[in-house]
Amino acid sequence: MDLLYTPAHELQRGLAARQISAGELCRAVLARIDKLDEKLRAFITVTPELALSQAGEVDRRIAAGEELPPLAGIPVAVKDVICTRGVRTTCASRILHNFVPPYNATVMEKIMARGMVMVGKTNMDEFAMGSSNENSGYYPASNPWDTQRVPGGSSGGSAVAVAAGMAVLALGSDTGGSIRQPASFCGVVGLKPTYGAVSRYGLVAYASSLDQIGPIAGNVADCALLLSAIAGYDPLDSTSAPGERPDYTKSLNQEIRGLKVGVPREYMGEGIDPGVRGVIDGALKVLASLGAEIEEVSLPHSKYAIPAYYLIATAEASSNLARYDGVSYGYRVEDPGDVVDMYMKSRSRGFGAEVKRRIMLGTFALSAGYYDAYYLKALKVRTLIKQDFDRAFEKYDVLICPTTPSTAFRKGEKVDDPLQMYLSDITTISANLAGIPGISVPAGFSGGLPVGMQIMGRPFGEGDLLRVAHAFEQATGHHKRRPEL
Amino acid sequence: MITIDVDHVALLSRLELTAEEKKIYAGQIRAILEYAGLLEELDTENVPPTAHVLPLRNVFREDRVEDHLPLEKAMQNAPDRDGNYFKVPRLV
Repeated sequence: MDLLYTPAHELQRGLAARQISAGELCRAVLARIDKLDEKLRAFITVTPELALSQAGEVDRRIAAGEELPPLAGIPVAVKDVICTRGVRTTCASRILHNFVPPYNATVMEKIMARGMVMVGKTNMDEFAMGSSNENSGYYPASNPWDTQRVPGGSSGGSAVAVAAGMAVLALGSDTGGSIRQPASFCGVVGLKPTYGAVSRYGLVAYASSLDQIGPIAGNVADCALLLSAIAGYDPLDSTSAPGERPDYTKSLNQEIRGLKVGVPREYMGEGIDPGVRGVIDGALKVLASLGAEIEEVSLPHSKYAIPAYYLIATAEASSNLARYDGVSYGYRVEDPGDVVDMYMKSRSRGFGAEVKRRIMLGTFALSAGYYDAYYLKALKVRTLIKQDFDRAFEKYDVLICPTTPSTAFRKGEKVDDPLQMYLSDITTISANLAGIPGISVPAGFSGGLPVGMQIMGRPFGEGDLLRVAHAFEQATGHHKRRPEL
Repeated sequence: MITIDVDHVALLSRLELTAEEKKIYAGQIRAILEYAGLLEELDTENVPPTAHVLPLRNVFREDRVEDHLPLEKAMQNAPDRDGNYFKVPRLV
């Protein structure tokens, strides 16, 4: 059985039928990492011994005749913002260069209970702040389709790992587009769940009302499998939505005849690269040919999403990152004068520029005299943005647009102008503000680079997203194209 | 034109910046805040703020001692410790 790029759902069958072993699969992935990662830099920490021991355990259980849960033995890469017990977790920051979590995130408990095999912790923008992986405190990652270009961010490493065959599946996190945008740039599938669908316990917090962990995969069925593995109510996360989650794999291989698709005009106009527009127009034609009913819709408050996000997210971040003080973990400056000096120097030396910028922006937005005009105003605008979606979903089942305004940009192109970098999040950010789910699927290519189509749905409407995404994927096959490596 | 007291904000953020950094950050933050001025176009007088998208309130659990992280594990990343205390420089 050829292992490279074989989907998880096929690998599972191979493992159960003993055509392949988990050890063999793990070794193949580790060899691929050895071969490619020096160039691509998708990983901060590779965990070969741990992975091989986990794979060995799966093989032992198969040999003993046990029936294993879905995804047992499947190699997975985990974004380094998710706490893994006993395994260094840096959030791509120097301030956590030596932090070894004493506990597992809930999503880690869940995937380990499934017998998944963790091959390593992936590179990212520091503390999930960024859209290019250039803000990593360690080194940037490269887009496997063109290594002069960014993979996107902040879950750059996770998207690269899957796109390059250095993991079968990956976990990322998404606060303003950080799963969907790198998935789009790297030609893979990435899904941001509804806020509250997946536990945030053990996810190092950036913006607590926006963050979600989600799956990154080479195809929609694998994405559904991983989502099913990680979703669920968690009593350890007080923002976790109560109730049962559906079996997301039931959304695969379904018809989309009669499905009502809204295309927000604000995401299809000015600011969207014509090549990307062309690919999405083509994709919409495919959906129409499958029986979907497609109409234009308006989300009138779209243009206010970025300013609202960069006030809300940075305000929440300034609070969440106050804990990095050198007291009980992480980097502490040597020979500090007094305690305040310790805080100042440890934070200033440990944090990168983008993190400092966002902390200051957030602190300002919350400070006395400015709270009403900035933070509170942004929260009210957030209500208006959410209401736009609520209204749209009264008429439409899903909303579709490009995931990103352009294909992957060149390294260094946007680093000197933070506002330009922020503006590239225009199509993804609203979903986080409204708390709704969104998926990016490979929709084609422009100038040889992948273009992602974003499908957004009602709260807890991941089933609809997967249904449309799967139908589209099966009708087109873009996900089968691979970068030349 | 928005003026930001960068020194004040840096102090609140517990960040120490060089003069050069202060200048760069001040300029960048000013540009972002000016862009954020777009929000003033909207009349939000009667719009309630959304701090959180889910209708969850006061999520509590029973006040009962359950399994907890052993102290040694909680201390294992300590930069400096003295027994069961995280050791820090003097406060005053």
